[in-house]
Amino acid sequence: MKSEFKIISSLIKQNSHVLDVGCGDGVLMEYLLKEKKVNIRGIEISKSKVQNCIAKGLTIIEGNAEEDLKQFPDKSFDYVVLSQTLQAFLNPENVINQLLRIGKQAIVTIPNFGYWKIRLHLLLKGTMPITRTLPDEWYNTPNIHLCTIKDFVFFSKKKNFNLSKSIAMKSNKISYINDLNLNIKNLSSNLGIFLIEK
Amino acid sequence: MNTKKNIKILTVDKPLKLDCGQIIANYPIAYETYGSLNDKKDNAILVFHALTGDQFVTGINPITNKDGWWSFAVGPNKSIDTNKYFVICANVIGGCMGSFGPSHENPKTKKKYGTDFPVITINDMVNAQINLLDHFNIEKLFSVVGGSMGGMQVLQFVSNYPNKTKTVVPIACTSSHSAQNIAFNELGRQAIAADHNWQDGDYSSKNIVPDKGLAVARMAAHITYLSKKGLQEKFGRKLQERDDLKFGFDADFQIESYLRYQGSVFVDRFDANSYLYITRAMDYFDLVKEFNGNLSDAFKNTKAKFFVISFTSDWLYPTQENKDIVIALNAIGADVGFVEIESDKGHDSFLLDVPDFLKALKNFLDKSYSEN
Repeated sequence: MKSEFKIISSLIKQNSHVLDVGCGDGVLMEYLLKEKKVNIRGIEISKSKVQNCIAKGLTIIEGNAEEDLKQFPDKSFDYVVLSQTLQAFLNPENVINQLLRIGKQAIVTIPNFGYWKIRLHLLLKGTMPITRTLPDEWYNTPNIHLCTIKDFVFFSKKKNFNLSKSIAMKSNKISYINDLNLNIKNLSSNLGIFLIEK
Repeated sequence: MNTKKNIKILTVDKPLKLDCGQIIANYPIAYETYGSLNDKKDNAILVFHALTGDQFVTGINPITNKDGWWSFAVGPNKSIDTNKYFVICANVIGGCMGSFGPSHENPKTKKKYGTDFPVITINDMVNAQINLLDHFNIEKLFSVVGGSMGGMQVLQFVSNYPNKTKTVVPIACTSSHSAQNIAFNELGRQAIAADHNWQDGDYSSKNIVPDKGLAVARMAAHITYLSKKGLQEKFGRKLQERDDLKFGFDADFQIESYLRYQGSVFVDRFDANSYLYITRAMDYFDLVKEFNGNLSDAFKNTKAKFFVISFTSDWLYPTQENKDIVIALNAIGADVGFVEIESDKGHDSFLLDVPDFLKALKNFLDKSYSEN
């Protein structure tokens, strides 16, 4: 189990109503079903991954989050989860607004482009960084709106989103992000996990 | 046609008030079953057939001696596994495979009804078939499944009887028949009416059949069930048993020959008046209007689990129309899954060997059943 999913699970209350946006093969959905007895739906764009979810008996809607979140009523989920997908949207701001409209809270995780290894790669090699979490070349990457933990914190402040939990992850170690340690967490972590509400 | 052997008939005593206002009673519903009902009676699936289907879902159809219309999907170990589920399918009223329809005798005139048969709707079809549940003492179905017009019946069923099924699978269908689809149906009806043999629907008393008109109707409709790409790949401009064009109006091209064949075999098994009545029922189907423009209200009383399936190359009941059903269900927080299957086989995909479709249907049903 990805340690990221354990942290996401720790943010979710038992028996709550959850939407997993970009749920992939449904690994997180299965984990949350088992750990938290949630009522959970998934949205996924890949037809083969949708098939895998159906084979697991998960409730899955084939669709594109940029188009298909509109159909859900306001606050129809306790949590809307977006795991490492925000950077792939054409309009991430619009997607975040939708998440916060349909969910009472949103859980968003981002690969941190401010991580020191990524900065060093660009500084020393002068080419777009390729890492384990960001494995694609610049010309074929789906990740068109990468940001840093700091960018995301600033964005949330500007839009008046309340970050009720901000967690930094490095390997399997986690720590909380605050105004005082933001610069160091932005340098030392490869993943940011945020519990957000509007 | 109800005297044919091999046709199981349930005679429904209970009067049914049709949408047109007429009341029918003591009418026959022809049905077939596959598999067996378990002791808990929780494994029954009601399958609804499409425009030209019938109750003989799988195996050899005893009337036509051909494979049942959904042999790919229904049978032992198939998507709808008859080792596991008890499958019931009825011929729709208005049909011509034993259920009450225009080829039945009108007791008042001692002649076949023809166009004196009342206009029926999808709602009427479903309200007639609910009697099968009482007949088999089934309190709640495990699933209602159907494609095309069968999908419309699925939607109408769960709207009318929200507590009578655990799962709901509408396939390649719509909640409101589109102008384009009404147009194609009208083309078919006009082809039949233009056949001199139709005689305003009274052909049987004269022992003739409007087979030319019905064949043209079938040919036109058949094109709408395929896709441009599918047709191009299967036929292209290939010639029919000849080396060159003949500069005449015989079937030079394979596609012409294929359509003529489809038309000719259809008239042997289908009644022209039934074709008029059933296409009319499809045209009248508008669940959105029935609920004053809010489709969600059609489903607000059910706790059933939905699974909607569409096909990429289906331009008759395109993905968007299927998605509209999903959107209406999501708007009320219903339990709904949706998948669009990649296929070049057009609207007919749901009847054919499309592995991704068959796999998705099987997985949905089997996983949902095991949650019981």
